Amino acid sequence: MVELISIDYWVILVGMLCAMSCGLLGNFMLLRKMSMMGDAISHAVLPGIAGAFLFVIYLQSFAHATWLPESVREWVGSINARSTLPMLIGAGCSGLLTTMFTQWVQRFGKVDQGAAMGVVFTTLFAIGLIMIRQAADHVDLDPDCVLYGQIDLVGVGEFVELGGVSMPKSVQTLLIVLGINVVCIGLFYKELKITAFDPALADTLGFSSGKMHYLLMILVAITTVASFEVIGSILVIAMLIVPAATAHLLTDRLPQMILMSLVVGVLSAIFGHLMAINLPVMLAKHVGGIFADVNGTSTAGMMAVASGFIFGVTVFLAPRHGLVMKWWHQVAIRRRILREDILGMLYRLEENAGKTLEADHFAKALHENRWRISTAITGLVKSDQIQHAEDGYHLTVDGKSAAKRLVRSHRLWEAFLIKHMALHESHVHGTAERLEHITTDEMVKTLAASTGNPATDPHGREIPSEDVDN
Amino acid sequence: MNKMRLFAHLCLFASVLFGGQVLYAGGGHGSVSHPEDNMSWGEIFELVFFLDLMTRWVILSTTFLGFAAGLIGSFLLLRKRSLMGDALSHAMLPGVPIAFIVMVAMGGDGKWMPGLMLGVTVFGLLGVMMVMAINRYTRIKMDAAMGIVLSVFFGFGLGLMKVAEKLIGGEKTGLRHYIYGSAATIRFEDCISIMVVSLIAVLSCILFYKEFKLLCFDASFGRSQGWPTGLLDLLMLLVVTLVTVVGLQTVGIILVIALFVIPAAAARFWTHTLWKMVIIASGIGAFSGWIGSIVSAMAERMPAGAIIVIVASIVFLLSMFFGPAKGVLIRTLMKRRLNRQVARQHLLRAFFEHTELNLDGNDTEAFGAKATELSIDELLKSRSWNRSSLKKLLRVSAVAGTVAELGGDVFRLTEAGFVEAERHVRNHRLWEMYLITHADIAANHVDRDADMVEHILGEQLVRRLEILLEAEGVSVPRGGVPKNPHGALIGS
Repeated sequence: MVELISIDYWVILVGMLCAMSCGLLGNFMLLRKMSMMGDAISHAVLPGIAGAFLFVIYLQSFAHATWLPESVREWVGSINARSTLPMLIGAGCSGLLTTMFTQWVQRFGKVDQGAAMGVVFTTLFAIGLIMIRQAADHVDLDPDCVLYGQIDLVGVGEFVELGGVSMPKSVQTLLIVLGINVVCIGLFYKELKITAFDPALADTLGFSSGKMHYLLMILVAITTVASFEVIGSILVIAMLIVPAATAHLLTDRLPQMILMSLVVGVLSAIFGHLMAINLPVMLAKHVGGIFADVNGTSTAGMMAVASGFIFGVTVFLAPRHGLVMKWWHQVAIRRRILREDILGMLYRLEENAGKTLEADHFAKALHENRWRISTAITGLVKSDQIQHAEDGYHLTVDGKSAAKRLVRSHRLWEAFLIKHMALHESHVHGTAERLEHITTDEMVKTLAASTGNPATDPHGREIPSEDVDN
Repeated sequence: MNKMRLFAHLCLFASVLFGGQVLYAGGGHGSVSHPEDNMSWGEIFELVFFLDLMTRWVILSTTFLGFAAGLIGSFLLLRKRSLMGDALSHAMLPGVPIAFIVMVAMGGDGKWMPGLMLGVTVFGLLGVMMVMAINRYTRIKMDAAMGIVLSVFFGFGLGLMKVAEKLIGGEKTGLRHYIYGSAATIRFEDCISIMVVSLIAVLSCILFYKEFKLLCFDASFGRSQGWPTGLLDLLMLLVVTLVTVVGLQTVGIILVIALFVIPAAAARFWTHTLWKMVIIASGIGAFSGWIGSIVSAMAERMPAGAIIVIVASIVFLLSMFFGPAKGVLIRTLMKRRLNRQVARQHLLRAFFEHTELNLDGNDTEAFGAKATELSIDELLKSRSWNRSSLKKLLRVSAVAGTVAELGGDVFRLTEAGFVEAERHVRNHRLWEMYLITHADIAANHVDRDADMVEHILGEQLVRRLEILLEAEGVSVPRGGVPKNPHGALIGS
């Protein structure tokens, strides 16, 4: 591990601040199905930035205009074309324009939201490119720097004081943005929540979902613009979407989701930076060869990768919505159904002639492979529901009562389907076969009552009595 | 209807002419290769018809690229996946450094173009599959899935890019620009690859037209019919990937996204038929590529990619307003026409109901002769219209011959107006009775609903209403007007 120095802490802090301010907004964007808006805005700010730059240069040309008062000329001359404020204002304007145009094209032209976004942000980006090329004589504005940021240089730039603490300027900017986001979301939490989940209901209750949409978009524009100068637009997009999506997989409640998205964002920032400083070194040391000279990578990129990694792990391991859990549930249900089917089969056989079966017969009759059958039988033997005699498997007392309950619900279902659903006798078995496994005792009682407590099922076989203990 | 279409077309034509003038005036100045102020018509002719040797391949390439992107973009738009091009083109980035590293590791030239393109294609497809997998197996929706893949893959690519740039033998190369290039560097070979990809796009759209159509309009129906929708989706996105790969070199990352979205979105305003839309979208794409690169060649410091997108956006804007199928203009005109028609029919009904009230509903034969004369003040009471609009309405109706002015702000129905009024009142009441008998709505609640529906009841619907009502035992006089089921005159 490479030892961390103070610059690294600043980098991690900046990453965390950005992750938190983006993550907060990301939750609402995700719920409103507008995740791509961050992507659109971060591209569409180009003309705003170029415009602000050109405007400042235009202002500077007045520094030698003799008809202006001395003080104005001095002020004009002192503006730095690369200072943050004009660019922030320009970018904020074009961010707002993006949302307005998108909304306008979508409403006015009845175009799908994704397409409207695509039309608007690519057009604005193209305008920005032309502006930069046209002004190439007096500008060397590199669009790459806007898109990829310079997070690695956070700790070596200008330092400012905020509340008695000396910190890099970008940390101050991001703290302010985070503050704005927290305050706005705190103030409008209820409104944002209801408009995110049910905009129509919100409108009927008197909360304007349109206004909330614009509030959210303004916040996104401000956050995007303030962040990407420091960390690059790609990390902004990642942090707007990935932590919120991860949290969405982990919980169904909004407050928890917001909290978790913050945690995921912070973790991505930390792991991302650790990966960025350690992986290249490891690559150079242990792989060697052509990698011997490798000495660095993109911190912002690695933070995005780290968030993606956390998302990927969550997709598989989330407690309720994770793929592993879902798969495990399916396996468990399948196993239970197979066991119950075996019990049912044995019961029906004993009812008819008292014949017994070996494992092979089950496999054939239930269309299952040998391995699954033998696991199921082992389980049943262990739980003392069946036992093996010399002529094959028998139900024990426990097994018999369980099987009785099952067969009872099966045959009652058949009776019910014929009586109330007007199905033909020959069509009810398949449905009953599926329903028997999910029928509770309570439901069996209701079924019996609604079918008039019949003694036999529609095929003429006896329905086992309710008293399962014989 | 046809007149309105014609009007929309004319507006479109006029604005295109105007736009062309502006483009010519703006683009003609200060060309790089031609120092004189204005280019001669001969030179422009050469550019336009691919005769200028310097720019021939650039213009041909962008034209074909626009064509292919517009073609497949139409299907993306209808599948509501317009931004897939966005996700795809960003997700491709790791393919560049990985292909580079692999080729260098194998001792070859890291900048061998086909190798880099293969790497990019593989990662593009990987990204697409990832988006589809996330969308399918988790509760994350399409938009977020695209955003996740886009940003994470691109971040990964950025990280690898820095590594690749510092490889032994790979001096700081600016590797990205090999793939994310610009139109200025297009050569003959690039043009050929773009043409081949366009051909693939056309062939796959023709071969799988029916399947793609099914995907666009009802994918779940397709699935229930046993179509492999996942595979078809992947095939569609494979074509998108190929177009993106060749497009990245030509117009750059954001602008290739634009070519997927804008022409298709513009074409949607022109027609409601899929095959027409596909043809129009490819036409708009090709046109933008063609005009855009010509303008870029004519003027100084005009990046071709950006100009192409601007041309496409202008076409989009024009289509949005003047598009003959869904454009804003035609929709506004239709809406106004409908509103006027509704207002005229309401006026007729007001006259009729006043007449009916005066006659106490007994002597239907004599309505025509005794049509009541009404002043504007009397009419104002029967509906919430204001005086000036009512006056205008009366004037229009007088011109149409349904109402006659008797002087002094007093009007009455004409013979023709009476017949029309009778029909509308009949429709209105049939609907009211239908609502009362079949929808169990109270008699005093049906008027408002019928007020809206009466205007759009066609002959067939009226016939069905009659049959339905007669089946319920309600007597419906043939040709005549049934009694008012709620017994009250509107506004009285």
